Amino acid sequence: MFINPKTNPVDRTALSVAFTVGLYGAAFGAAGITAGFSILQTCLLSLLLFSGASQFAVVGIMGAGGTAISAIATATLLGFRNALYGIQMAPILKVTGIKRILSAQITIDESTAVATLQENDSDRRRGFYVTGIGVYVFWNLFTYLGALGASAIGDPAAWGLDAAVPAAFCGLVWPRIKKKREFLITAAAIALALLLTPITPAGVPIITTVILAVIFGWKK
Amino acid sequence: MTAIWMAVIGASLTAFLNKYIGHSVPEKWLDRPRFKRINTLVPIVLLSALVGIQTFTQDSKLVIDQRLAGVAVALIALKFKAPFPVVVISAAITSAGIYNLL
Repeated sequence: MFINPKTNPVDRTALSVAFTVGLYGAAFGAAGITAGFSILQTCLLSLLLFSGASQFAVVGIMGAGGTAISAIATATLLGFRNALYGIQMAPILKVTGIKRILSAQITIDESTAVATLQENDSDRRRGFYVTGIGVYVFWNLFTYLGALGASAIGDPAAWGLDAAVPAAFCGLVWPRIKKKREFLITAAAIALALLLTPITPAGVPIITTVILAVIFGWKK
Repeated sequence: MTAIWMAVIGASLTAFLNKYIGHSVPEKWLDRPRFKRINTLVPIVLLSALVGIQTFTQDSKLVIDQRLAGVAVALIALKFKAPFPVVVISAAITSAGIYNLL
């Protein structure tokens, strides 16, 4: 497969998405260091976990003094949508063995989104792989650069990194809030988490908000 | 093994399982409307909670500091459909400015 963004519109979309999202890996790299992770630990999360929201959750919870269990549980719940993407993509990709393992690893928001924008299965496959591999490459590269940059500076707050992390979460949640109902759910989740903060161990307030998702999602 | 290493390895494993299971189970297993509705809301509540915790708390105490100004600017940037790096950087500049000046 030859990638040609000049003549192929699928490649053009895929690569611009991959580069933009990849840049944001720098914010994750910096967040990892700010939370007390080493450069190696930060980079391993991008290489192995490779799912932005879950990665930010892991460093966010550990940075706030949470337990490994609450970090893993929150990241797992956040990553569950990738299973749904896999279900969508499997009949289009039709891969087995090592190819399925590699395809699974790049099954994320962006690769699935670009794939589902296409008109036919051949373009869907192309969109999926070019976006998925592209994001993987840029995301990991910029994670390393961000981690390197953040370890070179002293106090994270002096550079505004302590606000950059929640701002990054805002950017992740913003496109998901389309209706008034979702806005109310957002407000309820923030209120519940803050209410629980002084009285429960770190990490617990975050995972507890899943109850709200179940309550609000139970009926239409 | 430190807690951070446990979190890195554990979360990476479950993340891959999530992805791989999706590619391997019959479509009808997870294809239930109620399940899908809840699953769409899960990222919204978890990410919102993270925004709240990282903006308003420090060592399990509620605080208001320069981070709130940074996040407010990020929300304004999002309202004006700013691209992602602009959102993050404008928040960092705002917060850093207040932190260093006060």
